[in-house]
Amino acid sequence: MADTASNTIARAAAPDARSLLRRLAPFFGTPLNAALTLILLWLMVRLGSLLVDWAILNAALFPAEPETCAAATGACWSFVIAKSGQILFGIYPPAERWRAGLVCILIIITLVASARPSAWRPGLAAIWVGMMAIVLWLMGGGFGLVSVPTSSWGGLPVTLILTVFAIGLGFPAAILLALGRRSSLPVVRTLSVLFIETIRGLPLLSLLFVASILLPLFLPESLLPDKFVRALLALTIFAAAYLAEVLRGGLQAIPGGQSEAAEALGLNYWSTQRLIILPQAIRIVIPALTNTIIVMIKNTSLVLVVGLFDLISSGKAALSDPAWPAPSTETFLFIGLIYFALAFSFARFADFLERSGAEKRG
Amino acid sequence: MNDGEKLSDRAPAIRIENLGKSFGDFQVLRNVNLTVCQGEKIVVCGPSGSGKSTLIRSINRLEQHQSGRIVVEGTELTNDLKGIEKIRSEVGMVFQHFNLFPHLTILENCTLAPIWVRKLPREEAEEIAMHFLRKVRIPEQADKYPGQLSGGQQQRVAIARALCMKPRIMLFDEPTSALDPEMIKEVLDTMIELANEGMTMVCVTHEMGFAQAVADRVVFMDGGQIIEENEPVAFFSSPRSERTKLFLSQILGH
Ligand SMILES: Nc1ncnc2c1ncn2[C@@H]1O[C@H](COP(=O)(O)OP(=O)(O)OP(=O)(O)O)[C@@H](O)[C@H]1O
Ligand SMILES: [Mg+2]
Repeated sequence: MADTASNTIARAAAPDARSLLRRLAPFFGTPLNAALTLILLWLMVRLGSLLVDWAILNAALFPAEPETCAAATGACWSFVIAKSGQILFGIYPPAERWRAGLVCILIIITLVASARPSAWRPGLAAIWVGMMAIVLWLMGGGFGLVSVPTSSWGGLPVTLILTVFAIGLGFPAAILLALGRRSSLPVVRTLSVLFIETIRGLPLLSLLFVASILLPLFLPESLLPDKFVRALLALTIFAAAYLAEVLRGGLQAIPGGQSEAAEALGLNYWSTQRLIILPQAIRIVIPALTNTIIVMIKNTSLVLVVGLFDLISSGKAALSDPAWPAPSTETFLFIGLIYFALAFSFARFADFLERSGAEKRG
Repeated sequence: MNDGEKLSDRAPAIRIENLGKSFGDFQVLRNVNLTVCQGEKIVVCGPSGSGKSTLIRSINRLEQHQSGRIVVEGTELTNDLKGIEKIRSEVGMVFQHFNLFPHLTILENCTLAPIWVRKLPREEAEEIAMHFLRKVRIPEQADKYPGQLSGGQQQRVAIARALCMKPRIMLFDEPTSALDPEMIKEVLDTMIELANEGMTMVCVTHEMGFAQAVADRVVFMDGGQIIEENEPVAFFSSPRSERTKLFLSQILGH
């Protein structure tokens, strides 16, 4: 046959050529698929080149001054470069920005250091408490540092502190609530259900308003916590209620035989929960926990409605400088990138945890 | 066994008097009396739903009784948590479905309670664990996870895990009924070995060969009551009650 020769050639060719063909088949297998592939490819190239033109080729970078932007047709990165300090740290006193920067680094290092399961020892909780104390001291001052009131805090450290504190305090509270909801003591159970359902029934915005506007009407000045603390409290109880429901799903999935076996060995209630039930329950709900935590990371931006300067509000504030052409797309892309980095690295981390757990049990 | 007379002279390990228990309106145990002496081996049998599990789970208070008394090693079971934890650390229990902790290795399953309840140092707990894992003949599986073991191996780990607490009494709730036939023997052999070493045992099982080999007494339950108890030879050869006869014909007939 005529194509025997070409068959031989094809067989002689490297096997990757054939596997490449097989992989291309879904894209070009039918005329419709081929047409769709070509159209989408063309669109990607067109949009891609537009994006490259705008973001790179025609973009304004240095010197980071308004004139550079005025002269360029593309993105005004000069603004982001010139204003990065203000976007990242908001209205924090410029002379003290190193402290805010240090806080961000400290939080991120602690997060990364706690990521490996081998680091999960009782000492880790102490490290976290220590880290939180140092963060508050660096941000707020006192003990040798110039004091900076929370009303002057802003930008990335505010976002990080709100996220880490709200989840760091909300998670243990969520564990207690989830256990409480399954408790055999009616009072504990009723209170847990009441708390969880009330908080879940309210939008976070209304919780923040209650914390920042209504609370001052009921509490005397002397008893009233700082506005930052009030917003943090609202975020924490919101996180606690949602995480508690996620955890409850995990607790329900653990067969009753597990706690019976633990109790039959003489372990008390708390040891049983801590050593047997929670480790299994948490592992089961890692995907749902990840989801809730990522939502919480982004939820922190809502504090801008009660007048706190998180990353997004400080970006907006930077944009109001009349000397610049106010390139909001670039600014929000920059902020979006930071959020993305936070949420994405957390999602990868959760994925790693889930897989390392699955491997172990074979 | 033939030293039955001597057994009853010793102090009772478990004394159950007029035990009553119900779930809601449903009376599961009524007026159960049973005394187990030190070193005695009791086999409990009876039809499904007769209250066998409920009875032995009451002995370490996995079930709470409503009337009557249970005294284990001289401590009465009441709502006092300290007493319950003390009894639980001296009474080992093996379940039908093993109930190993899947997130812990075999070794960790065995060292957990010695470390957290007995407060032993880790090295000592591991030594004890390896001793009992050798005894149930699976020391080489120590670093695996329960999910990687066969049912028979898992049940032997469960026995080792209970033994690591150095219990004075062992409770077994149908330890072989979730196992494939070829694995039953390895678990029964382990239990027979334990019995020969003088452990006090209360065992719910329908393995009548096991009952004949090791039991000092066989207890037959039906409808939440003890219908009949006797030495194994007499129990099997000349059951007194009609219900016992029927039950025996059913399980021995198959
Ligand atoms: N938690 C519970 N709530 C309500 N009823 C229960 C509960 N546990 C057991 N029962 C009922 O009590 C009765 C005795 O149960 P138990 O488990 O003690 O029987 P068993 O003799 O061990 O039976 P099996 O051979 O099937 O294991 C059964 O009718 C069962 O349905
Ligand atoms: Mg049963």
